[in-house]
Amino acid sequence: MIPRILKSREAILLGALLALLVLVESRFSGFAAPRNLAAVFNDTSILIILALGQTLVILTRCIDLSVASNLALTGMVTAMLNAAFPGIPVVVLIALAVALGTLLGAFNGILVWKLDIPPIVVTLGTLTIYRGLVFLLSDGSWVNSHEMSAAYKAFPRAVFLGLPVLSWIAVLVIAGFAVAVTRTPLGRAFYAVGGNPHAAVYTGIDVGRTRFAAFTISGALAGLCGYLWVSRYAVAYVDVAGGFELDVVAACVIGGISIAGGMGTVGGAVLGALFLGVIKNALPVAGISPFWQLAISGAAIIIAVAFNARGSRQPGRIILKSAERTA
Amino acid sequence: MNFSSEIAEPVEVAAHPVLRLSGITKTFPGVRALSGVELALYPGQVTALVGENGAGKSTLVKILTGIYQPDEGRIEVDGTEIRFPTATAASNAGVTAIHQETVLFDDLSVAENIYLGHAPRGRFGLIDWAGMNAGAQDILTRIGARLDPRTPLRDLGIASKHLVAIARALSIEARVVVMDEPTAALSQAEIEELYELVDRLKSDGKAILFISHKFDEIFRIADRYTVFRDGEMVDDGLIADVSENQLVEKMVGRAVDTIFPERHRAVGDEILTVAGYAHPTEFADINFKLRRGEILGFYGLVGAGRSEFMQALFGVTRPSKGAVRIDGKIAVIRSPAQAVARGIVYVPEDRGKQGAITAMPIFQNVTLPSLGRTSRSGFLNLAEEFALARTYSERLDLRAAALDQPVGELSGGNQQKVVIAKWLATRPKVIILDEPTKGIDVGSKAAVHAFMAELAAEGLSVIMVSSEIPEILGMSDRVIVMREGRIAAEFDREGLTPEKLVRAAAGYKESAA
Amino acid sequence: MSLTDIPTPRHIPDRLSGQGARILRSWELLLFVIAVLIFLANTQASPYFLDPWNLSDATFNFTEKAMVAFAMALLIIAGEIDLSVAGIIALASTAMGWALQFGVGTPGLIFIGLGVGLLCGAFNGVLVTRLGLPSIVVTIGTMSLFRGLSYIVLGDQAFNGYPTDFAWLGRGYVVWVISFELLLFVVLALIYGAVLHFTNFGRHVFTIGNNATAARFSGIRVERVKMILFLLTGLMSGIAAVCLTARLGSTRPSIASAWELEIVTMVVLGGVSILGGSGSILGVVIAALVMGMVTFGLGLLNVPGIVMSIFIGGLLIGVIALPRLFRLLRRGRV
Repeated sequence: MIPRILKSREAILLGALLALLVLVESRFSGFAAPRNLAAVFNDTSILIILALGQTLVILTRCIDLSVASNLALTGMVTAMLNAAFPGIPVVVLIALAVALGTLLGAFNGILVWKLDIPPIVVTLGTLTIYRGLVFLLSDGSWVNSHEMSAAYKAFPRAVFLGLPVLSWIAVLVIAGFAVAVTRTPLGRAFYAVGGNPHAAVYTGIDVGRTRFAAFTISGALAGLCGYLWVSRYAVAYVDVAGGFELDVVAACVIGGISIAGGMGTVGGAVLGALFLGVIKNALPVAGISPFWQLAISGAAIIIAVAFNARGSRQPGRIILKSAERTA
Repeated sequence: MNFSSEIAEPVEVAAHPVLRLSGITKTFPGVRALSGVELALYPGQVTALVGENGAGKSTLVKILTGIYQPDEGRIEVDGTEIRFPTATAASNAGVTAIHQETVLFDDLSVAENIYLGHAPRGRFGLIDWAGMNAGAQDILTRIGARLDPRTPLRDLGIASKHLVAIARALSIEARVVVMDEPTAALSQAEIEELYELVDRLKSDGKAILFISHKFDEIFRIADRYTVFRDGEMVDDGLIADVSENQLVEKMVGRAVDTIFPERHRAVGDEILTVAGYAHPTEFADINFKLRRGEILGFYGLVGAGRSEFMQALFGVTRPSKGAVRIDGKIAVIRSPAQAVARGIVYVPEDRGKQGAITAMPIFQNVTLPSLGRTSRSGFLNLAEEFALARTYSERLDLRAAALDQPVGELSGGNQQKVVIAKWLATRPKVIILDEPTKGIDVGSKAAVHAFMAELAAEGLSVIMVSSEIPEILGMSDRVIVMREGRIAAEFDREGLTPEKLVRAAAGYKESAA
Repeated sequence: MSLTDIPTPRHIPDRLSGQGARILRSWELLLFVIAVLIFLANTQASPYFLDPWNLSDATFNFTEKAMVAFAMALLIIAGEIDLSVAGIIALASTAMGWALQFGVGTPGLIFIGLGVGLLCGAFNGVLVTRLGLPSIVVTIGTMSLFRGLSYIVLGDQAFNGYPTDFAWLGRGYVVWVISFELLLFVVLALIYGAVLHFTNFGRHVFTIGNNATAARFSGIRVERVKMILFLLTGLMSGIAAVCLTARLGSTRPSIASAWELEIVTMVVLGGVSILGGSGSILGVVIAALVMGMVTFGLGLLNVPGIVMSIFIGGLLIGVIALPRLFRLLRRGRV
């Protein structure tokens, strides 16, 4: 019998990721060099952080399509504040970004919790509203690199123990999630609510409140990423990270987070994001037009969801004794 | 019940009930599920709760576990009044339940299912997985369950899941354990293990409420009994003071054949033959014949595979083997649409989910499978629809304000009439009624029974799945008993007794009593 | 109220009394009043608004989206959704532009546009009905896939040079100020209205949306009906692609971007329940008029497009949230 660990989705995904690396490396030597891999990880950091927030939301049988707009709005707010008041310390700006993101996420959460509106409707709506607010705020103009303070831009790039701060933040978020999701009551509640909402009630877990928490955390991380994105690329404009919510959902679905709720791991989400990150970075190396990326994400979502659905089909109840023994 | 008289009982040690319910009443729109219920549970004693389906047992369990709030009445723990506004409140007060359908989490491990909501915490308040696994292992060993706490629940069979639920009850230091038909899906060996477990819980001083349909096990493990009928507590006392027959009588409460319509047995030609129907996990070797104008009863315990078989016969699921003949001709039935076309229709047990489309008006429900007849080249003809709906609604004595009233506004019994009308309008050959009178009021029950007899007299063949013994005895020409997915026995109505049915369904041959 | 307590009338009337009151409380009437108010506001906003040609121009704001919205309404009533419609439009338009390079004429272009639409719809339909995948995720995937294929073909290029008779489909007028698109919109509205409200098929759509299990238990071929609806949504996206491409005269991969949101909003604003089971084509038609006039009116006031999208996003949440909020507040008071 094959050990369970080798049959897990994460193991399959890790295998696929390694195979992809070997393939790219065999054609274009140097891609899998540690330095380049670190660069790919750094480039994928924001996707990883957002995918982890989205994971919580999907675990509870919801979806948050507003993350990229949330990111754009908080990013623009920090950039404009920085441009207008270069004296505000970066730490304060980051705190503000997280606070604003939390608020935007909580707004989604409260509509889902208290008014029981389907999450897809709520976040499709806030996707446009938050993006529109970026325009209202900036009047459609850009905040360019030269308007930003040096400290503002330097923070995510600063190198610490061989890795940029941006990468370290991703590492911290991954570690924090790994602990929080497996070892706190709230973390386990996300699984319970999505796995069997009916049973969650019997266990004394409030389904609505848990969903609210998931949306709020997803929003907070989107806020954090707002600052990280804008400072890293040193530009803020209305269409920042346009359509990025789809990459985030794709990373989760590829990572084996079941859209039916209750199933998925932090490792899976990280691997799913890295899978997309490697493809994105390998395309230019392989001389393939970056215009392929959208179609590849779309195909990956469909393949992943079809693959995941195969494993999780519910069998009928087993009544025959002979069948139970063999099952 | 008089408290002082309880002390006077010489039999048992404990005198003070851990849990006492008095005057508990709960109503739902259209149904009074419980009225003025009394119940007392004593430490170290097993109280058997018996009653027919729909007697209010499930509602009581939900009130005890904080899922429902009673409209009236008191809940006392150790003599102090208490409320269970949430499931957590009930479990904090030491009341826990092992439900009929296990409400556990398939995606989580055994240990976590045991400890969800009250996991042991280690440093920084984080969940202590090692401690949790060890604790789970400890409890599982204590109840004699050889399970690895790290196994995902998904990989376990139903019997093991029950053990996990029991382990969960122990992990919260429960003082009152409610077991809702815990043996319904267990094999004989597993049941024996469960009995030992119950004995162990008893000697630990837990108060146990044991809900069961099986009289042998009630007499095997219970100290006391409480009988529910139509939402009321009708009797209670010590098991030692009653016989099995007395208990059946109290449960049924009325002479079996008085309320059922006169039946003139007039069976015609054979209309339906089922040969060797089987399904990989749900049923096997189903063979029977049905004649024109016959009412064939299907009796069995909950989970015996009756509904699963009927749904396969109706084309909802596909059998792995077997053949159906209608009027002697082989009929391939792969979907409900095909079944309807061949003249087989099915009134499901789960009216709200599978039967009525509650948000839609009565007439649209009735004409749904008959639209091909009422419409012209695919276009609706409302006048025809109303006419068809009226014909059958009035035949069934439907009580409604108008035919365009949403079905959801009707009482349970009238909703059932709409579903039956829907199928009669297709002029079927065979109608399968799955628990046709479950959860409906007495008046509608009688109407459905009378109508069933009328239909059979007109030559329609009826298959009636029922868990109510009086209904089976009162209505059927023949009875097939199913157990564990197979036909356990077949009886002719003549000379059939409740005891024979109960024994066949529970699977033991001769009683020692 | 317990109906069992009423002494039985042996005769049950067909309809409850008070039909008039029901119409007065209907969502469609409320929407109609809103539409009239916006119309009046627009006449105040600009003296040119009432000009017949101006009004005719205004219709181009919604005709193409509304065509897709009709099919989407049926799909949502049946309890599914298709978020890939804008992706289908992009792919169908790209296919037409690509065929144009080989000298395919107008009839061929139309055939290709509709054909690609149908194929995309079939792809979604198979994934949802055969493999049993959730339509939200499937169509989020195909929305990227379809538009991604356009990007692969076009990159940052564009297809131009559509023939004049093809352009007529997007810009031509049938009589006086009645454009071909407006006429098509009216015809399709009538067809979809008739199908949804007056045929057995429409009744099946409502039934499936209310309770797919009970529908199946009543002998309705649920998967087949859903498959047809996905095909129809694909076909309507193909028709919209033909009209839009003809009107713009060029194809870029970003064509019709974010239209899925506006189309879903149009359907929900039209009173179709996002949870399935209820709605009307009349409501969708009025919602299309409202959204078209708002867009046009704000355009007259020189308000940029993205601000209108805030308005539309707010409308989407607002129309669902407000009734629920009132219900919540009323319950809180009791």
